[in-house]
Amino acid sequence: MSGTGIGARVQRKEDFRFITGKGQYTDDVNCYGQAHAVFLRSPHAHADIVSIKLDAARDMAGVVDIFTGDDLAADKIGGLICGWMIHSKDGSPMKAGAHPALAQGKVRYVGDHVAVVIAETQAQARDAMEKIEVDYKVLSPVVSMADAVRAGAPVLHDVAPHNIVYNWSLGDEAAADAAFATAAHVTKLDIINNRLVPNAMEPRAAVGDYNSGSGGFTLYTTSQNPHVARLVLSAFIGIAPEHKLRVIAPDVGGGFGSKIFIYAEETVCVWAAKKVGRPVKWVADRTEAFLSDAHGRDHVTHAEMALDASGKILGLRVKTRANLGAYLSTFSSCVPTYLYAPLLSGQYDIPAIYAEVDGIYTNTAPVDAYRGAGRPEATFVIERMVEVAAREMKQDPAEFRRRNFVRNFPHQTPVIMCYDAGDYDASMTKALEMADYKNIGARKAASAKKGLLRGVGFSAYIEACGIAPSAAVGSLGAGVGLWESAEVRVNPVGTVEILTGSHSHGQGHETTFAQLVSERLGISIDNVAIIHGDTDKVQMGMGTYGSRSGAVGMSALSKALDKIETKAKKVAGFVLEASPDDIEFKDGKFSVRGTDKEIDFASVALQAYIAHKFNGQELEPGLKESAFWDPTNFTFPAGVHICEVEIDPATGVTRIDRWTAVDDFGNVINPMIVEGQVHGGIAQGVGQALLEGAVYDANGQLVTASYMDYAMPRADDLPSYDVGMTQTACPSNPLGIKGCGEAGAIAAPPAVMNAITDALGHEEIAMPATPLAVWRAAQRLAPRAAAE
Amino acid sequence: MAMTMTGEVALPATRETVWVKLNDPAVLKACIPGCEILDKTSETGFSAVVKLKIGPVSATFKGSVELSDLDPPNGYRISGQGEGGVAGFAKGGATVHLTDAPDGAEGCVLSYNVEANVGGKIAQLGARLIDGVAKKTADQFFNNFANAVKAG
Repeated sequence: MSGTGIGARVQRKEDFRFITGKGQYTDDVNCYGQAHAVFLRSPHAHADIVSIKLDAARDMAGVVDIFTGDDLAADKIGGLICGWMIHSKDGSPMKAGAHPALAQGKVRYVGDHVAVVIAETQAQARDAMEKIEVDYKVLSPVVSMADAVRAGAPVLHDVAPHNIVYNWSLGDEAAADAAFATAAHVTKLDIINNRLVPNAMEPRAAVGDYNSGSGGFTLYTTSQNPHVARLVLSAFIGIAPEHKLRVIAPDVGGGFGSKIFIYAEETVCVWAAKKVGRPVKWVADRTEAFLSDAHGRDHVTHAEMALDASGKILGLRVKTRANLGAYLSTFSSCVPTYLYAPLLSGQYDIPAIYAEVDGIYTNTAPVDAYRGAGRPEATFVIERMVEVAAREMKQDPAEFRRRNFVRNFPHQTPVIMCYDAGDYDASMTKALEMADYKNIGARKAASAKKGLLRGVGFSAYIEACGIAPSAAVGSLGAGVGLWESAEVRVNPVGTVEILTGSHSHGQGHETTFAQLVSERLGISIDNVAIIHGDTDKVQMGMGTYGSRSGAVGMSALSKALDKIETKAKKVAGFVLEASPDDIEFKDGKFSVRGTDKEIDFASVALQAYIAHKFNGQELEPGLKESAFWDPTNFTFPAGVHICEVEIDPATGVTRIDRWTAVDDFGNVINPMIVEGQVHGGIAQGVGQALLEGAVYDANGQLVTASYMDYAMPRADDLPSYDVGMTQTACPSNPLGIKGCGEAGAIAAPPAVMNAITDALGHEEIAMPATPLAVWRAAQRLAPRAAAE
Repeated sequence: MAMTMTGEVALPATRETVWVKLNDPAVLKACIPGCEILDKTSETGFSAVVKLKIGPVSATFKGSVELSDLDPPNGYRISGQGEGGVAGFAKGGATVHLTDAPDGAEGCVLSYNVEANVGGKIAQLGARLIDGVAKKTADQFFNNFANAVKAG
């Protein structure tokens, strides 16, 4: 095939549009006559709303209307939903409190939505918002999870006593306890996974429009999954039936999970468009993003690992508290349960695992999926545990891991997942070589000479991607199926439009999906257009998250392309006067086997539409096919990352000196794009490990609400990555793809913290390992070293 | 976001004289930075309107001021809370102690212990900004008060 098929390092088609300012983001959408919405947000973490006075605000210049929760309730607009049912150990369903889009009588976190002001301009809306008088009766907040479950603590939702959403468990407790009873050594660790703010480059935004002539709504929104948004807004929130609601997610500037969810703001904008008879636009400012985008992570875990005398892992017990914030966001319930505990086996053959997870309400922003979603938390637990266990047993951390690797596939873990393919030794071997691990001792000595502490940290991560087989997730409580769909529309001139339910918000689908078409149909990627993000154009879709677009979305596309090929062969058969069984399709040409008769793809397309060469009753004219693909298993990308840090104990500054990443993503469509995903993921993981942390004070005030106080990784915080790959094809989809979008963010945090703790010589430091935290940890080392 | 500040200021008057001024609404109104209204609502309570500019946020706080733990002429606790609308809210208090000047000198020393809490937009501005503003506001109050005492 030409140089644009599978495996080609094709430059991203969409980038010219983006870097020349021609992208069309939600904020670029301006509807005729639109008004602007701003949201009055609670300054209190927990308060009853005694009264809201709107008169003075209504009198302000430019005000179109002002709404509160009462108006939504009067219109019978439902609350926001959580779409994954989790059952507690005792079988009871999770305790989900109501989540109105605008508060009804109570606010539960700083940033909670109290009222919406709609005015001619955004500035007028802001001015009017200042005139709203809210009388709050301030209640005591619960901010930390420990406070939330303390006896007598204030309760956020009456339905959830002690602020506990669920006490969930996975695995066989008795088997795990039995393993610990025979252990020669037990490693124990308390682990905190710090809360993060997602920080997509483009803040969330929405434009709602209503056509009183047709009775149809249109919502432009920064969504990773517009069809899911339409489903939820229709079936659960009750804006309009699906055929009267079009959701368009145009160019979206990053999501990282935070744009999966259906939020209050877009709900209110699309509803209000009908109320005020004008399009209504809202664009978040950065502090609103900090306050109200669903946050990520925020786990507190105690883990114990049972080992025999040789260092073979016998069992694992994990007890985690997961902060879910003040309300359950769209998928928040599944992140610390089914996206977390099933990954606790890591790359290791662990006979017994038992995990308990308590989901906790607190007076903080809702917490939901953030790049990796549960899998980074699981990887952080297991990779910190094996590193510490190796150290305690005086074993080399690489050899310790090898001793415990899964080697026979398929491998059924004790926690749901069945790993279908992988070669963990291959990745480890390659990573050790690329990282020049054998000379780490010499490099440590060289650093020590300069008064610096050098450490090396491993992360042999695994993730479950290609989310997910519909029946399987349904049995675990999901409210939706997680298949994907694709439609291939061949035009009479032979160009192709692909309609996909996957949604690109930075991943490069316009390039990679086109590469698959190029490979299969033998046409240039320039003749392929990828259409996504519009419920009126695309048949149906579940969107992009969980590294699913390649494994699931492209598998649907592959299946549709199979049908195109079958149909095109029939057309070619009529044109070439041969049986379709005798038609071969290769490099964009249909030929009759054993002859020199051939016809190219574009000509077949034309023949399909003019339908002169065949009877339209025997063969339908046209060349358009669609397919749905439901995966048969999760996919299991895995790899080894090795981080080498150098710490200045005088200042606490950690410098990442080397980073080796060896990933097995199965088959790869575009290595350049995959490497870019790895680079970006590592940057996010390093951000979590060294810099980022969302902090609420004891009163529930978000004190990291801007880039003044929340540190994002910058170019000079990061090394030049050394990225390599190994490959075992994924057996559960036709393309052998495993997925790569989250790997870096999953792998990186434990690699960094294992390196820092190696350098410091003890484990007592938590993320983010800021210079202050590292300096303090380094100081603790001094008296201990002296005592030894 | 919570902050604490402590300090002391030497005053050229007796404790008794200072005590009277500490309880004089006109003096307090003049000394509280940005105070536009301070109306007595009870023996020890006031309703207040205070206008403050904190970095880019300019806000009018409406709330109350309360005097408690009165121990004439040795000190009291002055506390207040105010809602600033979209700017958020502020609440806090100061324990004020009066002691005779050391070494038999004239006058007295006023020492104070302030704790303040802010929420909403003001807190989101970040500690770097708020700490400075809070400290400056407290300093201003006690400097104003010292000047009022000096002026007799």
